[in-house]
Parts: sequence; C-alpha cells; structure tokens
Amino acid sequence: MDIAAFLHVLWLARMPILKGVGVTISISALAIVVGTLVGVGVGLVLTYGKGPLRWLVRGYTDFIRGTPVLVLVLASYYVLGTVGVDLGPFEAGVFALAVFCSSHVGEIVRGALQSIPRGQTEAAKAIGLTFPQTFAYVLGPQALRQMLPAWVNTAAEMVKASTLLSIIGVGELLLRTQELISRTFMSLEFYLFAGLLYFVINYGIERFGRYIERKTSVPS
Amino acid sequence: MTNLLEIRDLHKRYGDVEVLKGVDCAMAQGDVISIIGSSGSGKTTMLRCINMLEDFEGGTIRIDGEEIGYDTAGGRRRRKKEKEIARQRAMTGMAFQQFNLFPHMTAAHNVMLGLVKVKGMGRDEARGLAEKWLDRVGLAERRDRYPGQLSGGQQQRVAIARAIAMNPKLMLFDEVTSALDPELVNEVLQVIKDLAADGMSMLLVTHEMRFAYEVSTRVIFMNQGRIGEEGNPREMFVKPQTERLAEFLMNSTFN
Ligand SMILES: Nc1ncnc2c1ncn2[C@@H]1O[C@H](COP(=O)(O)OP(=O)(O)OP(=O)(O)O)[C@@H](O)[C@H]1O
Ligand SMILES: [Mg+2]
Repeated sequence: MDIAAFLHVLWLARMPILKGVGVTISISALAIVVGTLVGVGVGLVLTYGKGPLRWLVRGYTDFIRGTPVLVLVLASYYVLGTVGVDLGPFEAGVFALAVFCSSHVGEIVRGALQSIPRGQTEAAKAIGLTFPQTFAYVLGPQALRQMLPAWVNTAAEMVKASTLLSIIGVGELLLRTQELISRTFMSLEFYLFAGLLYFVINYGIERFGRYIERKTSVPS
Repeated sequence: MTNLLEIRDLHKRYGDVEVLKGVDCAMAQGDVISIIGSSGSGKTTMLRCINMLEDFEGGTIRIDGEEIGYDTAGGRRRRKKEKEIARQRAMTGMAFQQFNLFPHMTAAHNVMLGLVKVKGMGRDEARGLAEKWLDRVGLAERRDRYPGQLSGGQQQRVAIARAIAMNPKLMLFDEVTSALDPELVNEVLQVIKDLAADGMSMLLVTHEMRFAYEVSTRVIFMNQGRIGEEGNPREMFVKPQTERLAEFLMNSTFN
C-alpha cells in the first residue's frame, strides 16, 4: 500500500467523497426522522389501538420486519412506479428506509410502553389524571428513557442500511467509493477509508445517544 | 345527613367468576373503617371499584350523594364519560401496596403533579403544599430525592402525601404495609394514625390486626365476596358472631 499515493488520490477525490457523506447523512437523517414520527404512531396503535386498525398496523409491522431491507428498496424503486407513484432513486430509497425504520420504532415504542408497570397508570388515574395527561406526564417520559438505547441502535442501523441505496444508483458514500475504486483500482484503501467514515458517523450517533441518556437518567 | 360513602348491592365479576356478590356499606364523615378478610375475599376489588379502577356490573356507589362511575336513569345504566370519571377519582385518594410512585420525578414533584394538572394550582402554591405534606409525613429533607433513592417506608409515605395533598374526601389504603420490611411498617402506620386523629375519613384494607383494632371506628370482615360481619373493633375482635370470623381471627397474628 502506497500511503502517499493514496493520500494524493484521496485529496483529488475529496469533493465526491464529501458529497457521498452528505448524501448518506441526508438519507439516514430523513429516514430516521420520518420513520420515527410514523413509528411513534405505529407504536401507539400497537399498544392502545383496538380492532381492525390495530390488526392492520400489526400486519404492517410484521410484514415489514420480515422483509429484507434490500427488497424494500428495490420494491419502492421499481414496483411503486408500476402503480403510478414515480419516485426518483433518492426519494424511493428514503421512503423504503423510512418504512423499515417505522416498523422497528413502532416495536420499540410498544415494548417501552408495555414495560411500564400497570401501577403507574393506576396511580395516575387515582389522583385524577385523564389518559392524555397520564401519557404526557407519566408514561411518555418513562417510555422515552426506556427506548432511547434501542432507538439509537436503530438510527445506527439506518446509516448502515443507507448503503443499499447504492444499488439503485443513489450517489451516497458507498457508490462514490466504488466509482473511485473503478477508476483508481485502490480498492483496499478506499473500502477501508469508507469503513472508517461509516464508523465515525455511527460512533457520533452512539456518543450522542449516551450523552442524552446521561442527561435524562434518573438518580437512584 | 347523607353518608360520605354509600355502597348498595355492589356486584363485580372477572369473566365467569363473581368476586363481589352484593356488598352494602355505609360510611359517615370521619369514619375509619378497616376491611379484613382472607386472601381472595374481594377486599382489593371493593376498593378498586370505589375509585373506578375497575368497572362493576351491578349496584351503586355514592360519595357525598354523587353516583360514581355510572348514570342510572330510567332503568338504564351508562358508564360516565372518562373525563367525568377522572374528576370523580380525584374525590378519593388511594395508596397502593406497591407505592406506585412516579420513578422519574422527585418526591416533591410526585406530590405536585396532581395539584398542578388536576387542581390547576400554580407551581409555587403546589410546591408549598407538597412541602407541607412531605413535612407532615416526616420527609421534609427528602423532598428532592427520587423514589429510587428512598426506602420502601419513605416511598410509601410520599405516596400517602401525594394522595392526601389532593384533599380527597375519602382515603383508600390497600395493604400499604404488606410490601415493607417489618422494621419500616410502623413509620407508615404512624402516618395513618395521625391522619385518623385529624378526622380523615379512611377505608383501609389491612392484615395488621392490632393496628385495625386500635385505629378503626368500625371493622368490616369480608368473606367470599360478601360482608361476613361488621361492627366496632372491640366487639368483633373479642366476640366474633360468625364461625368464619372466629376462624379467621384464630389464624391471624396480633402483633
Ligand atoms: N384482574 C383480575 N382478573 C381476574 N381475577 C381477578 C383479578 N383481580 C382479582 N381477581 C380475583 O378476584 C378475587 C378477589 O380478589 P381481591 O384481590 O379483591 O382479593 P383480596 O381480598 O384483596 O385478597 P388479598 O388479601 O390476597 O389481597 C380473587 O379470587 C382473585 O383471584
Ligand atoms: Mg388485596
């Protein structure tokens, strides 16, 4: 491995790599934000919903969670077009990841809410709180703390899953890296470097999660 | 004068099992009633019906003349709206066996939550009242601790302060000392005795027979979903009228 040569090529290729990082972060951030918003709704229905709605949402999460993310990505790019929803590769990819994320967040939210002892709801009722108040002040804050580690994990998974968008031609970090390799033949160097960048992104997410956890932890 | 609490022909079932088979009970302002009886006789269920933690199928419960949980008009019985039930629940306070403090809030905030959100009190006023009640239960210096930093006895006293601060007409206690180590029982019983001395109306399920004897104005013996016997503690504990109560007392310890 010729370090000096690699650094030289790397410097020349800095713009496409930075763009790739930017796209990777945009995809992940969008998928996480949208997926979390939808996922909270999914989790609420799974926990408190009744009848057909709950049924439907249960089917949705089980189906999505049982499907490989790559299949979701390919399906939203190639299949949605045939039913008249024509999305570009970026939109289709974000859509697929957000759907994937929502089913996981839904399960995390449900798990967190159900892990709270019944006595909490009963104590809240006993002092006269309505259900929305109980949720806002008693259940929600406890569930948030409880789900934080799993949620951070999911966020990191989304960053990894964003690499799958390279297959439908989204110019994220992996695709940019592969393009560079095909031109420079420095495959080991560039794959290692891309790996390092992914690690840095996810390490950042993990540290941030830890920080929030520390900030919100309850003394005992 | 209307009774503070009036229960008529209360029926409650879990699935196929009838747990309360027609309970009648009246209680005046300032009464301290202990409910005793063997495990599974329906003591907890009766308390839980009084503040609508459980729905019930038959009978009426009135507090200060107001029907709890249901409206009966023209022979039809309808569950009240959730919001109305929430308001009625605040008329009673409840302390649980497992304390059920909110673990993410300090002792003071546990007490303040209902004051601010249910009573609409300002934060400063609520804080003052919370501090007053925590002081009353002997926890003035622990008010900024979290439940995880308190002993079981301290947690239970915070839980009682949280309920009492809401100024309920009636306090319900469900075996509040059963989950405590023996050396912590007395500090909680003392708080309840002080409340009794202040004239608080209370309905307490307990296995502490000596305590029931000392603190109650009346005792109810529950037996298989019905009231088996009731009366003042001196008569009941000394000469029980029914075989079942005599047997129950024989198997209970007085300490
Ligand atoms: N949620 C429930 N679902 C089904 N059955 C229940 C439920 N809660 C209580 N029961 C049953 O109802 C009966 C009365 O229970 P309850 O808890 O009122 O008894 P208790 O007198 O408080 O007993 P203990 O002294 O053990 O606390 C018991 O047979 C119990 O198994
Ligand atoms: Mg009980």
